Amino acid sequence: MENLIGLLVLVPLLGAAVLLCGGRRLDRIGPWLGTLLAAASFVIGVVLFAGLLGRSADDRTLRVTVFQWVPVGGFRADIGFQLDQLSMTFVLLITGVGSLIHLYSIGYMAHDARPRRFFGYLNLFLAAMLLLVTANNYLLLYAGWEGVGLASYLLIGFWQHKPSAATAAKKAFLVNRVGDMGLSIAIMLLFTTFGTFAFQPVLAGADRTGEGRLTAIALLLLLAACGKSAQVPLQSWLGDAMEGPTPVSALIHAATMVTAGVYLITRSGPLFEGAPDAQLAVVTVGAVTLLFGAIVGCAKDDIKKALAGSTMSQIGYMVLAAGLGPIGYVFGIMHLVTHGFFKAGLFLGAGSVMHGMNDEVDMRRYGGLRKYMPVTFITFGLGYLAIIGFPGLSGFFSKDKIIEAAFAKGGTEGWILGGAALLGAAITAYYMTRVMLLTFFGEERWRKPPSPQEPSAEPAAHTGELPHPHESPKVMTIPMVVLALGSVLAGGLFSVNDAFVKWLEPVTGHSEGHSPVSAAAVTGATLAVLVLGVALAWAQYGRAPVPVVPPRGSVLTRLARRDLGQDDFNHVVLVRGGGQLTRGLVEIDHKLVDGLVHGTAVSVGGLSGLLRRLQNGYARSYAVSMFGGAAVLIAATLLMRAV
Amino acid sequence: MSTASSLTSTGEAVQFWVLAVVATGGALATVLMRRAVHSALSLAGTMIVLAVFYLANGAYFLGIAQIVVYTGAVMMLFLFVVMLVGVTAADSLRETIRGQRLLAGLCGLGFAVLLFAGIGNAALHHFNGLGQANSGGNVEGLAALIFTRYVFAFEITGALLITAAVGAMVLTHRERTEPAPTQRRLSEERVRKGEHITPLPAPGTYARHNAVDVPALLPDGTPAELSVSPTLRARGQVRDVSEKALEDLAALEQGSRKYLARGNGERQKGAGR
Amino acid sequence: MNPVNYLYLSALLFTIGGVGVLIRRNAIVVFMCVELMLNACNLAFVTFSRMHGNLDGQIFAFFTMMVAAAEVVIGLAIIVSVFRARRSASVDDASLLKL
Repeated sequence: MENLIGLLVLVPLLGAAVLLCGGRRLDRIGPWLGTLLAAASFVIGVVLFAGLLGRSADDRTLRVTVFQWVPVGGFRADIGFQLDQLSMTFVLLITGVGSLIHLYSIGYMAHDARPRRFFGYLNLFLAAMLLLVTANNYLLLYAGWEGVGLASYLLIGFWQHKPSAATAAKKAFLVNRVGDMGLSIAIMLLFTTFGTFAFQPVLAGADRTGEGRLTAIALLLLLAACGKSAQVPLQSWLGDAMEGPTPVSALIHAATMVTAGVYLITRSGPLFEGAPDAQLAVVTVGAVTLLFGAIVGCAKDDIKKALAGSTMSQIGYMVLAAGLGPIGYVFGIMHLVTHGFFKAGLFLGAGSVMHGMNDEVDMRRYGGLRKYMPVTFITFGLGYLAIIGFPGLSGFFSKDKIIEAAFAKGGTEGWILGGAALLGAAITAYYMTRVMLLTFFGEERWRKPPSPQEPSAEPAAHTGELPHPHESPKVMTIPMVVLALGSVLAGGLFSVNDAFVKWLEPVTGHSEGHSPVSAAAVTGATLAVLVLGVALAWAQYGRAPVPVVPPRGSVLTRLARRDLGQDDFNHVVLVRGGGQLTRGLVEIDHKLVDGLVHGTAVSVGGLSGLLRRLQNGYARSYAVSMFGGAAVLIAATLLMRAV
Repeated sequence: MSTASSLTSTGEAVQFWVLAVVATGGALATVLMRRAVHSALSLAGTMIVLAVFYLANGAYFLGIAQIVVYTGAVMMLFLFVVMLVGVTAADSLRETIRGQRLLAGLCGLGFAVLLFAGIGNAALHHFNGLGQANSGGNVEGLAALIFTRYVFAFEITGALLITAAVGAMVLTHRERTEPAPTQRRLSEERVRKGEHITPLPAPGTYARHNAVDVPALLPDGTPAELSVSPTLRARGQVRDVSEKALEDLAALEQGSRKYLARGNGERQKGAGR
Repeated sequence: MNPVNYLYLSALLFTIGGVGVLIRRNAIVVFMCVELMLNACNLAFVTFSRMHGNLDGQIFAFFTMMVAAAEVVIGLAIIVSVFRARRSASVDDASLLKL
């Protein structure tokens, strides 16, 4: 059974290799082949899951070392896998949602020129992501980490003929590099501290290690997580990453890859538990990001960017939960899984809407679409209810628990974090209701011809005649239906008898915090803010007609439209500051370093020029030296005799 | 003569002081003469003086060998090469390497001073003389040493000499890179170049002398440059055929006419007889 | 007169020859100066022979003469072939250490 783990990674990797190297012959069957292989890895995942369920709760960790990768002296890095409950959860999420999105992509990318390549990249992503979550050591995790970064880059820039997509891909890659640097340094520190990369000894040895070192490692790991999971301050790439095809946004930038940071923090739990300062940093990052993303999500008119803001915010919840330690890990992962369902469903719904609306992304040009796209409307609606935490749906169970856990942190911290999480829930309800209302309710604004002087974000989309909204083909709706079912049922199923908590407990540990407020009070408060947010949004977008041209809005709105100034901040601080620094360094390099080097060279050259005069090629000059040398020898002899 | 003495005979002293001056002068002339041939002759002179010194020092064999081998053979070889390279080519004595003369002078001076100091410091005030060593004859004594103690060195030197002879031949040998030109080809080339095809005019025609250094005269009385060897012309050794010479020529023609007339008269006389 | 004067003369001739090697450009004259230096050495050898009362010094001078003869043959052959190639017997013309 252990050997199946390797196969899990190998199957999509093989698919990627075949699809990317196979040539045009595979153009026709490529999409189906890719989907088949993704489904195959899902089946393998299910088999493994069944195998794990057959074991006792304490014995649900499979380990296998395939071969020694880098055996150099005391340095050992193996290609080895470790499948425990945490990894298993991820594997099922990745392969399950991944397979559905592969299926969806067959319809979505049907008219694309290069679907084979697209599916090759998707398979590559699956392989890298599975490698990331099943690796048994940090170095192999790093390989997967870089692999998903690469796949993300390739897929964001899949339509590279669009300059915006190419730029977004580069931006994502560059921002991710910052995080990757943190991870690589963290891994080096881990090796110098523990002498190994493997999870088991590292995590076991964490409580015997100095807090300072643990803090450094944990902060670097947090930096890595921030980069991959689009957390403040490395969040700026996620919004632009929406330039990629919508299935990519659903799979990579909502359901799976961006949660890798949460996985990393949860996996390295003992390291963080030994470093309270780092944990504080983690919860701060989580709380700030969940508010940041939510605020940005409120202001965006681009449906995908609004959902991206929401993704950022929801991952903020997960990071917050992961930062809380054992009281939060389980709920963070649970939210991760439910989020994987409903956010993937929402993105697929958004893709379906775009598909029927001539690739229009501006929500102000939607409206009243529920009549034209009933399946999309229902699935999107279920996802919407799930994300805002409607009682009984999956978001309700997971988010509610996180808010509870935040309060359970205790002290002022607990109040602040709980308050932030509660506020985030209200804003979530607001912006998701806004998205819902703008898209599926209200007047049919897409019937109005666009005025030519109106500045449009996507000129290409406006060139055609008025859109004819229509439902998407079955191959697209089926995944949406499945994901909607997941959004509705997952939370409930997980919570029955605390099944999910019991499942993960052996790996992450779990402790009930002592909340200053009762669970019922939290639930009540959550529902109250939920109603508040929905009502506010309805008052603003449901009751009153929505202008096609966005109003100027308040300062906060304008700021949020500009992503709360994240790019301006980066530009001023990093680009311009970096430019100044670089110019200064260039100056120093030219003046000092080059001066030294050139000075040495020039003085050596000058001396050589002087010495060269001795070597003039004239035999008589050399004869003079010989004659003079002979005279010196005689003088020396005489002196020796005299002495 | 078997005991060490510190003075030589007065005759030898006189001879030394006279010939030492000659030898030094010859050496200086060797270095300072502009023409290589003069240098060679000065060096030959110095070597002869050295030969005399060898004789005076009791090295009779070496003295004779010095004259025969050095002055006779080696110096003549030098002269031969000097002639081959160009006997008239004089060195320009202007120095081209900056500071070479100064350095050479300083080195030479220092070297000489140091050598003199060395010799002056050495304990050389007594000498044994060669009376005993030369008692069986100088040549016999040398022969005894060469063929006994130094026989290997001698044989090796012989090998060296043979090698040197072969080496000289190898060095000066020129490999023919193309077949030797045939007479036909040479004549064709000559015609093609437009050079003189006919033999050059002989010198001395219509001249007072038929010597090689007197150019022939053309019918109009001007000298024919082609009739004199270009080497002589380059050396400036062509004899002038000026107005004076033409006058002489005229006088000569006059004389010959007279002579011819006389001859005619005589013949007429003879015929008349 | 002390025979040591021969040695002084020898040193003088040697120095003159050496300076000649340094200041003349014509390879043949340079070569002659080398011969002069060799001869100066021979004079010293002969003088030493007389001073020590044995013939080894003369043997040395004899060998010097033989080697010098060999050297002259080769040296002049080189000069002639260089002259043939460059139409010049100046030692300064061969300043590129190649023909």
